[in-house]
Amino acid sequence: MIKLFRALLIFMVVALSANHALAVNGTVTSGKIDPLPIAITPFIANAGSENDAAAISGVIANDLARSGYFSPLAPESFIEKITSFDQTPNFASWSQAKAQALVMGNVTGSGDKITVAFKLYDVNTQAFLGGSSFTAPSKLSRRLAHKVADLIYNKITGFAPYFDTRIVYVDETGPKNARIKKLAMMDQDGFNPRILSNGKEILLTPRFSPTTQEITYSAIGSDSSRVYIYNIDTGQKEIVGDFKNMSFAPRFSPDGQKVIMSLESDDGRNANIYELDLRSRQTRQITNEPSINTAPCYSPDGSRIAFESDRGGSQQIYVMGADGSNQQRVSFGNGAYSTPVWSPDGKYLAFTKQSDGGFGIGIMNVDGSGERILTEGFHNEGPTWSPNSRVVMFFRDTRGETGGAQLWSVDISGYNEQQVPTADFASDPAWSPLLK
Amino acid sequence: MISRLAGLKYIGLTCCFLALAACSRKDQPNLDAGMNNAPGVGQAAPGSKADFATNVGDRVFFLNNQTDLSPEANDTLTKQANWLKQYGQVTVQVEGHADERGTREYNIALSARRATATRNFLIQQGVQANRISSIAYGKERPVALCDAEQCWSQNRRAVTVITGGTN
Repeated sequence: MIKLFRALLIFMVVALSANHALAVNGTVTSGKIDPLPIAITPFIANAGSENDAAAISGVIANDLARSGYFSPLAPESFIEKITSFDQTPNFASWSQAKAQALVMGNVTGSGDKITVAFKLYDVNTQAFLGGSSFTAPSKLSRRLAHKVADLIYNKITGFAPYFDTRIVYVDETGPKNARIKKLAMMDQDGFNPRILSNGKEILLTPRFSPTTQEITYSAIGSDSSRVYIYNIDTGQKEIVGDFKNMSFAPRFSPDGQKVIMSLESDDGRNANIYELDLRSRQTRQITNEPSINTAPCYSPDGSRIAFESDRGGSQQIYVMGADGSNQQRVSFGNGAYSTPVWSPDGKYLAFTKQSDGGFGIGIMNVDGSGERILTEGFHNEGPTWSPNSRVVMFFRDTRGETGGAQLWSVDISGYNEQQVPTADFASDPAWSPLLK
Repeated sequence: MISRLAGLKYIGLTCCFLALAACSRKDQPNLDAGMNNAPGVGQAAPGSKADFATNVGDRVFFLNNQTDLSPEANDTLTKQANWLKQYGQVTVQVEGHADERGTREYNIALSARRATATRNFLIQQGVQANRISSIAYGKERPVALCDAEQCWSQNRRAVTVITGGTN
């Protein structure tokens, strides 16, 4: 059955690819599959590790459920009780409980270290699909749980993992006409939030470096908007470049050696894209147009840059060589297109689209073909990709004085919209690469 | 007494201006809206921040996705320039703003254009450039929150904020 499940997923991916040639402005209407019922048995724990064990199996179940590809069964429906990690499961009993996959786990705490081991079975074929064991400092137990969930997700769907990742975003508090906007970071599932700035500046568009050790963002202070790099380990921040004009919309290059951003022109009427080499501190102008050129994003191999420009009268997405050569408009649907973000696998651009339908989030092939709107409504903006190119996160604003931005994610099939829990309003999410 | 009369003259001008604005294009905002919090006319000491906000008007408005100054905006900015020339020690910061119906990065640049157009007009009218700084707030500081055109039109603005030289 798991093989069939995986075959269906592959079929869905192929079907989505086939759609590219046909759909121009379509919303995804095919590709929904039923999530796989999976039994995550209570993890066996040594004395003193019971709470950790319960928390870890909870994190795993939550990750798998949120992906949209799994339906963790309620433990009350389990017939067999797993009492030993070495026990051979009674597969007929698990089949009767409607499980198609079975996870057994073992948690051993020792001093300030914790070890998590797991085994994954196909209930119908009784095949052992895989297992592994991880050890880390106890305070990282949630990360171990994400790693186990990543392996289960990968074994069953065939997709690359993405649970052991973080989100950098902007935490929003205060009234709508005077929002306090702070740099913040959390685990991909909304846990372990940390506020990293004091709120004195209006903090916007944070993005991780490829190593996830640094964050670049722009901040509006009392006299201008500037681009910064923040070091997560040291808590130090530095201004990127010595520009007299306003700088904004930064992003790291894939090798982490450069930051690309927009700079306001000397006459204050235009914005063009510049690249700053972090080692040599040399600045290079990449676009030179009498228009607004912003939201630049490198391709994963660093050879190209996607960005938005209003040079043709409205915001549209363009792609060019990393040296500024061959600037080509790629968005041609009805509406304004902005905030292009290259998928980590290089295949797609995610974008914000303003049209009669409001503000939508979509993806398209890099040449602009195969546009698909994943979600649409009053205000959706600012997509970012999971490192496996399967999930797009964005922010959704709600109306009214008491409304505000919240983080959501959606599968690239257009299914499985999920709110990402945050304590305050939140905007401008950016996904980290898979953590090392 | 002379200054009192001058104040009355300004009241007269402001009234005419509002009347004109009221029958201009319907997508123009109510120019009165930005002045709700200003003290009443007549209470403002000449040359004060309150005088500027009440009797001159501290802000101009823009059409959706536009950065050109309207005839109404030109009128307001001409009055701002005259006031700033009269009180030559005053320094200002022009804040550019966009409404919430745009994406974040673009709105930063759009609001910078609005601040620039406003600042350039004041300079053309004879206010020294070094007395006028500018800043772009994008869509981060709306003043009207109803999520409809009547509010968005108030948020697409450039506000001349006095930063020094008077109370």
